[in-house]
Formats: sequence, structure tokens, C-alpha cells
Amino acid sequence: MLSNLWLLIAIPAASAAVLLLAGRKADRWGHWLGVLAPAASFVLGLIAFFGLRDLPGRAAEQTLWTFFKSGDMTIDFGLLFDPLTAVFVLLITGVGSLIHLYAVGYMAHDEGRRRFFGYFNLFVAAMLLLVLGNNYVMLYLGWEGVGLASYLLISFWYNRPSAATAGKKAFLMNRVGDAGFAIAIFLMLAQLGTVNYNQVFSQVGALTTGTVLVLGLLLLLGACGKSGQFPLQAWLPDAMEGPTPVSALIHAATMVTAGVYLIARSNPIFSANSTLQLIVVSVGALTLLMGCIIGAAKDDIKRVLAWSTVSQIGYMFLGVGLGGGAYALAIIHLLAHGFFKANMFLGAGSVMHGMQDQVDIRRFGGLAKYMKITWLTFMMGWLAIIGLPPLSGFFTKEPIIAAAFEQHDAWKSWVFGGAALLGAGLTAFYMTRLFVLTFHGPKRWTDGQHPHESPAVMWIPLVLLAIGSVVAGGLMASPVAKWLEPPLPAAPAEEVHGVLGHTAITVLSLVLTVLGAGLAWALFRRGTALEPQPAGPVVRAARANLYTDAFNEAVFEKPGSWLTRALVYVDNKGIDGVVNGLAALVGGGSGRLRRLQTGFVRSYALSMLAGGVLVLGALLAVRLG
Amino acid sequence: MVKLPPMDYAAIMPLLILFGAACLGVLIEAFVPRRARNITQLLFSLAAVIAAMVFVVKRAGNVTAANAITAGGAITIDKAALFLQGSLLVLAFVSLLIFGERTLEQGGAFVAQAAVTVGSEKDKEQAAKSLGSTEVYPLALFSLAGMLLFVAANDLLTMFVALEVFSLPLYLLCALARRKRLLSQEAALKYFLLGAYASAFFLFGVALVYGYAKAVDFASIHTAAAVGAGNITLLITGLGLLAIGLLFKVAAAPFHVWTPDVYQGAPTPVTAFMAACTKAAAFGGLIRVLYVGFDGLGWQFTPVLGAIAALTVMVGAVLAVTQTDLKRLLAYSSVANAGYLLIGVLAGGQLGLQSVLFYLVAYGLTVIAAFALITLVRDADGEATHLSRWAGLGARSPLFAGIFTFLLLAFAGIPLTSGFMAKLSVFGAAVDGGQTWLVIFGVISSIILAFPYLRVVVMMWLSEPGESTPSVSLPGVLTSTALGVGTIATLVLGVAPGLLLDLADKAAAFIR
Repeated sequence: MLSNLWLLIAIPAASAAVLLLAGRKADRWGHWLGVLAPAASFVLGLIAFFGLRDLPGRAAEQTLWTFFKSGDMTIDFGLLFDPLTAVFVLLITGVGSLIHLYAVGYMAHDEGRRRFFGYFNLFVAAMLLLVLGNNYVMLYLGWEGVGLASYLLISFWYNRPSAATAGKKAFLMNRVGDAGFAIAIFLMLAQLGTVNYNQVFSQVGALTTGTVLVLGLLLLLGACGKSGQFPLQAWLPDAMEGPTPVSALIHAATMVTAGVYLIARSNPIFSANSTLQLIVVSVGALTLLMGCIIGAAKDDIKRVLAWSTVSQIGYMFLGVGLGGGAYALAIIHLLAHGFFKANMFLGAGSVMHGMQDQVDIRRFGGLAKYMKITWLTFMMGWLAIIGLPPLSGFFTKEPIIAAAFEQHDAWKSWVFGGAALLGAGLTAFYMTRLFVLTFHGPKRWTDGQHPHESPAVMWIPLVLLAIGSVVAGGLMASPVAKWLEPPLPAAPAEEVHGVLGHTAITVLSLVLTVLGAGLAWALFRRGTALEPQPAGPVVRAARANLYTDAFNEAVFEKPGSWLTRALVYVDNKGIDGVVNGLAALVGGGSGRLRRLQTGFVRSYALSMLAGGVLVLGALLAVRLG
Repeated sequence: MVKLPPMDYAAIMPLLILFGAACLGVLIEAFVPRRARNITQLLFSLAAVIAAMVFVVKRAGNVTAANAITAGGAITIDKAALFLQGSLLVLAFVSLLIFGERTLEQGGAFVAQAAVTVGSEKDKEQAAKSLGSTEVYPLALFSLAGMLLFVAANDLLTMFVALEVFSLPLYLLCALARRKRLLSQEAALKYFLLGAYASAFFLFGVALVYGYAKAVDFASIHTAAAVGAGNITLLITGLGLLAIGLLFKVAAAPFHVWTPDVYQGAPTPVTAFMAACTKAAAFGGLIRVLYVGFDGLGWQFTPVLGAIAALTVMVGAVLAVTQTDLKRLLAYSSVANAGYLLIGVLAGGQLGLQSVLFYLVAYGLTVIAAFALITLVRDADGEATHLSRWAGLGARSPLFAGIFTFLLLAFAGIPLTSGFMAKLSVFGAAVDGGQTWLVIFGVISSIILAFPYLRVVVMMWLSEPGESTPSVSLPGVLTSTALGVGTIATLVLGVAPGLLLDLADKAAAFIR
């Protein structure tokens, strides 16, 4: 299998092509093909994964063909399968297959189900290309591919204006990040002449500090765009306009973690500059708090989960920013998060399925009795994310909080450790609020609701993901961390002691979690008001996404549209004038020249003779001159 | 008693086969019953072309510097000649398929008696009913054989004979259109008169060159020019006159004036044959004269030919802008393409030669497919070639409009088509050869030329089909094959040009 890695990508890509090109004929069986493709890739991924164990160097690299070549620059279409790629492949295809299966039920009544599965398979193929490439151009290819699939799926219901707008917003904000990433690739080509991972990393030492900083910041910009991190976080909650399986797979479990993958993969670059690491850590810490605070103020079940995703990816950024052994911690949290967040999104989808697409948690309540399986599986996700032992989150989030405290500088230790700790408490608060308001307390349904459990094709994936949410963290935490080095760096031998000891941190975070959860339980046990209530400045700010949208509008959108208008003016008056003038000139010249084509043989012969005289004259002139 | 010089029959076998087949074709005309003639002639000609191709391929395996020149020094079958002969045979094979099409119109695109007065009762009768001419096949074979000889000629006299052999049947073929008879006859007469005129220039050039070098074979001319004794003005003037004769055939400005009238008036299958094969043969002859006979005088003729190339690309492109007839539009496009090819010729060296050889094949296949498609868009009066008639064709017949769009994009040189690779290789060779100024002209011309192409695309897809939009006739198996081969080749050579480029690279060697 390791010599045929391309199959992993080719299978879902071929399936996407069939689904998108086959037309209505494929409507009856298309969705099953759509499920089989990622499942087949999963099986192949598993074979490759086990093949990796016996491989010297634990990495398989292969070059399929030369992608392009110009002068000294050669960019290969090459694939790389190493432990870091392996865990991503298994996450994408494993969780992906379950979500595909779920979508068969969820999209059953949608006319565009075949198109949906086509795009969904396209996403899987692009995401696999992203993690399987052996150089940055391959990564970029997959990066743009998942961006396209994400855009197509967010605006899947394109006749809803909100969905179409959300798709555009996601696309445009991603462009900002992608531009940074693209410039980073150009910088590598200019400075190092290569984009191949191994060659880039082996030459990082030769670069100046400034270059490494700029390169890292550009990569970080790309990562922030894709992963919905500050300052490019605004598109991710809006992306919930897409069908719920999309939110689960693309905007929770896999695509949005591509930024974490990018930084983890580029660890030699980020580890080479401490300023850079500090910036990554700051972005992570800031985003994780923002996500928690805004998430606590939202009433749309999917948006709460979306802000929770933003916040959890903030934890992962914190992890990869800390460097050293924390890279692996971030990846493990990413894997665990893939399970429990996909589980909760699909649970939310199941709730919406039973409640006629209602998304307002103020209009739920008491659903535990009506959807037992959804309730239980969602509970596993909830307990996992707030980090209750012995569920997943406890084993994967706790070490990141501890790592944030393990810093040489006391202020860093307090600031970042404190942020991570505070985030844990806030997470417990808003997730408990979500859980209680949805499944417990008095019914606050709109008229005519008859909640019911979803069909088996939807709850089977839920159960499997719930099991993953319970056990994944505990099982993976230490063996996978070990297995991931290399390519990720090992933890330093000597331990750094932060301002707090390990036991103290664990106890503190558990206390905060219980406090947050208890507070939410006490506040929302009896339900909530159906209308927005007057609130203090913090809650108002949180409801307005901490005014980040307003900021974007004032600082980027308004001047941007002025600039566009100015450019359009210049284009119309200046450039078009020149173009139209030239066109008129050519057209006029053509019309005039055409008159020479009289149709008379005598004038043709004359023009040939004149031409002949000129040719001979010129030849002789050259000769004599 | 004249003693025959030693002949390498294996080398000249393709020529013998084609000339023999053409003569036999005339006999078939006399002895085979009328109803069976078309299919017999078609299959016989195709078989002859294939047989000739077999010998070309066989020869390509064991050609050396020692066995290249044969027939008493009159013919050189070197690698370049074999490549050109092979290309001509392939292009002619595809063109002959369109010649044979009978399902679009009863009796095909040709009339039996071209001499009947236009508009008389007899003419109307034959336009409506006659079985059509089958002499076109031997005529095409004679012409093809002449082309094969033309690209392999080792002296100027053989070259002149070959020039006449391939030109005369073409003049006749031009006059045989079933529809628009007057236009067809006018085209043939113009082509004949101007062709004879150009031949006179060529012949006079031969005389002057002989006057200087005391010989007509390329090796002696090369040696005499290198020695440089005597009045070199004689040689230069001779070269200029030779060039005029050849530039007429390739349709370079200002010797292109016949092209639009002839391309428009000739029966469309013949136009396809001329656009692909005549162009290839004429360029084959031109590069042989310039590279083998007169390469020592490069600095003399490069500026002048460069000016002609620049003029050709601009005139072809600018005039294409205002054309309203598709066949005329493609004629001017063919003029511009002659200019691009000239740029490749002037690039010189191995790279220039390789790019020209590649270009000839790539362009030939595309242009055959384009004309094949034009034969399909018809109304009661035959082909509807006026641009306005193609408006909205995309809605009527998306498949054919799609193919034509693709072919136009290839002419415009859009990537993933052979047109792009051909232009890229020619322009790349020219930059390497120090002719960057020509490339600038070439690129500007390409931009201008994209406009008329895209206008056709816009008309086909964005206009509503009107009352006068003709339907697209379903082609028979012959035209479909020609169209399919041309289109697929355009795509394949655009995606994987290496196959042919490598072959052209190996073939880019002349033997003096």
C-alpha cells in the first residue's frame, strides 16, 4: 500500500467525478458510492498505517511525476506518508466515513443529495492531498481544494441568501489567509529554491532570523484563515449555514484543523524563532478565550458549537505555539476533538432533524425523554469536551494547560496558563448551558413539534463517535504522542517547572470545570427566557461577536469598497479607454487594409510584384550596406 | 543511350507508390462502373497512402548520411524529409476522408463536369443529381506525390518540377465545387494565374543561382556561396526570387493575396487539404532551401525575411478582424500562421527546425478538423459559411459548437491545446535564436487574432439561434473520423506534446 499512496486520494476523487458527472441516473445509488469511497480510503489508510511500523525511518515518500519545472526550480507531485500524515489520514477517512453514513439519512429528503455527496467526496480527496503532499505546493493544492469544497458546501442551499452570503464570506476571508500562505511559498522558493519539506527544513538554519520570522508569520496567517483563528475567525460561525454533516466534518473535525497541521508540519520553522512561537501562543490564547466568551452568549445550537470549535482550535494553536513536546499534545487534542465535536454536531443535526430544523436552544428543552440515543451520545461529547475524567478531553486538554504553565518566564506562565485554565472553566459553563437548555428543563417548543429519534443510519454513527469521545483520549494520549516523534520534536529531557505544579493545575482545572458546569446547571435548569434579555456590557459585546464583525466592516469592508469604486473608475476611464482605442485602431486598420483585397487578379499580381521589388531591393540593400 | 543513375528504390518507394497509384486511379476512372467508383477510388487512395507511409516508417529506421542522397543527386531522403513526408501522408489521409464524404450531400462536394457553363440547365441538373467527380482522388494523389518529392528535392530543378506537379492538380481541384460554382471557378483561375506568376519568379531565381554557382544542387550552391568568388549580387538576387516563389506557396504577406479568395472558393475538403498539406510541403521546401543551400548567407536574408514574417503575422491578424465569412477568416488565420512558422524558420538551428516541424503537424491536424466542421453547417444552398449564420449554434448543437470552440481556442493558442505548444515552441526557439523582436510581433498578432476567434465563440454560445441559423448535419463516418482525429490530436498534442516533439527533435537534421 505504501507504494500506491495515490489510491487514497484517487478513490474519493474518482467517486466525486462520477457523482458530479453522472447526472440524474446516479440519484438512486450515488449516495452509497459516496459512502464507500472514503470507507475504501480508510481501509487502505489502515493498511498503510500498519505498514509504516516496520518501515525504516517510518516514512514513505514517493514522487508521482514532475508537477512543473522551470530553470533550476523543480516541483514534484510527491506524496509523503509518515506518522503525522497517518493520524490525519485515519481521522479524515474514519470520522469522514461515519459522517458520510450519517448524511445518507440526514440528506434523504434533499433533492441535491447526489450533488452533496459529490462535493463531500471532493472534499475528502482534497483534504487527503493536503496531508499527503511531500511539499508545500502539494499542501497548497489540497488547501485550495478543501477551500473550494467548503465554499460549495456552505452555500449548498444556494437559493437561501444567507447560505450564499456565508459561502462568499468564508471564501473571501480564506483568500486573505491563502494569500499569506502563497507568499510564504514564494518566499521559500526565492530564499531556498525548494518547497520540499525535507529540503526546506534542513535549510532553515541558514536563514536569517528576520526571514524565518516573516516566513512563519505568513504561514501563520494562512493557518489562521483556514482554522478560524483571530483575526480571521469571523467566517467559521457563519459557515454553519451549510448542511450539518458539513459542519461536522469540514468545520469541526478536519478542514479547520488544517492550520494546526500546517504549523505542526512546519515545526522546524516555528521552533527556530521564539518570537514567532510567542505570537502563535498569543493567537491561540486570545482565540480560545474569545471563542468561549462568545459561545456562552449565543442561542443558535450550531453557532455555539462553532464558537466552541474556534475556542478548541485555540487550544491546539496554544499547543503548537508552545513547541517542544506540546506539538504532539496539540495533535492528540485535535484527534480527540475530531471525535467529540463531530459527535456533538451530528447530535445537533439529529435534534434539528426531530425538531423541524429548529436551531434556537431557547426553543428546545426536555428533549432527553424523546431522543434517548441522541441525548446519551451528546452527553458523552459534552462530558468529553469539558474534560471530565476519564473521558477524552481530560487526557488531551489537561496536558496542554499544564504545558502552558511550564514556561521559564513567570509572566508567560501566568498569562498563558491562566488563559488556558480560565478557558476550561468557561468551556464547562457554555457547554453545560447548551446541554441543559437542549435536553433538560421545561419544554419551550414552538407549536406543532413532535420530536422523535432519528433513523438508524443516523444514530449508528452517533453511537460509534460517542464511543470514540469516551475512550479516544485515554487510549491515544501517551502512545500516540510517542509515536509522533519524529516528525514532531520530542519533549525536552529536563522538565521546566512553571509557577504551579502538575497536581495543582489538574485540581484547579477540575474545580473550575465543576464550578462552571454547576453554575450553568443552576442558572438554566429551569429554562430560559424566550426573548433576548437586557444585559451588561460583556454579554452585549459577546452577543455582537466581541465587535469583531463591526471592526472588520469599518476597517476593511468600507475602505475596500471605496478602493474598488476608485479602481473601477480608473478602469472604465483609463484602461478601458486605451483598450477600446486600440481595438478601434485595429478594426479601422483592418477595414482600410481590406479594401486592398479587391478581388482583381491584376491588382493581386501588382502587389506581388511590388512585394518582389521590395524584397530584392532590401536584400541588395543589406548586401551593399 | 542515357545511362540511368543508380536508384535506391527503398528510399523513393513512397513516391513510386503514390505516382503509380495516381496513374492507376485514372484507369479505375475508365474501367470501374460509375456507381462503385467513389468507394473504390477512396479505398484505393487510402491504401496507397498507407502503403507509402509503411515505406516511410521503414526507411526512417535505417537512414544514414551515406544513403540519404539518391537518384543521381536529385533526391535527398534524410530524416527531415522523412518526417515531412510522414506528416504529409498523415494529413493527406485525414483530408481524403473528407473528400470521400457522401452523406452530407448527394454525390459529395465535387461536380463531375466542371466545364459546364454556370447557371445553364445542364449545370443545374448536375448540381442536383450527378454522382459527382471521382477524378479528385487521382488528382489529390498526384498532388501529394509532388509534395513528397518537393520536400525531398536535392536540387532546384527537381524542386521546380515537384512544385508544378503538386500545384497543377490543386488548381483543378479548386474548380470542382458543387455549390457556388462561379466562386469556385474564379478561385481556380486566380490561383492558376498567380501560381504561374510565382513559378516564373522561382524559375528565374533558379537561372540566376545557376549563373553564380554553375550548378543547381544545394551542396554546390552552399560551397560556391562559402567560397564567395564572383558576383555575389547574382546569388542574392537569385535567392530573393526563389524566396518569392516559395513565400507565395506558404502564403506570406505580401504574397498572400490569393489565399482568402482561393480558400473561400475551393470546395471545403480541398481547402482543408491545401491549408494542411500545401503549407507543410511549402515550408518543407523553404527550410531546405534556406538551411541546406543558403545557410551561409543567413545574415543577408534574415532581416528581410524577418520583416516579411512580421508583416505576415500582422496582416493576417489585422485582416482577420473584419472578416464575415468563416472560410475567409480561417484563410487569414492561415496567413498569420505562416508568419508564426516563418518566425520558427528564422530562429534557426536544431531548435527552430524542430519547432517548425512540430508546428506543421499540429496546425495541419487542427485546421483539417476545423474545415471538416465547416462542411457540416449547411442549409439548402450548401455550406452556410457567413458568420451571422453561426449565431446561436451552441444552443442548436452543443457538441459541434463545443468542438469548434475547442479548435478555435487551439488556433488562439490557449494552453492544453496543440496550438499553445506549437506557438510556445516556435517563439521559444526564436528567443533562443536571438529573434526576440519577431516574438514580440508574434505575440501582438496572437492577441489581435484572438479577437476574431473569440467573436465566433461568443456568437455561437451567447446569441439566440435565429430563423436563419442552419442546423448541423450529422456527419457520416468519414467526416466524423476526420473531425475526431483532428480534435483528439489537438488535445493530445496539447497535453502530451513530448511524443511528437521528441520525434521532431530526432528528425531535425538535414543532409547536404
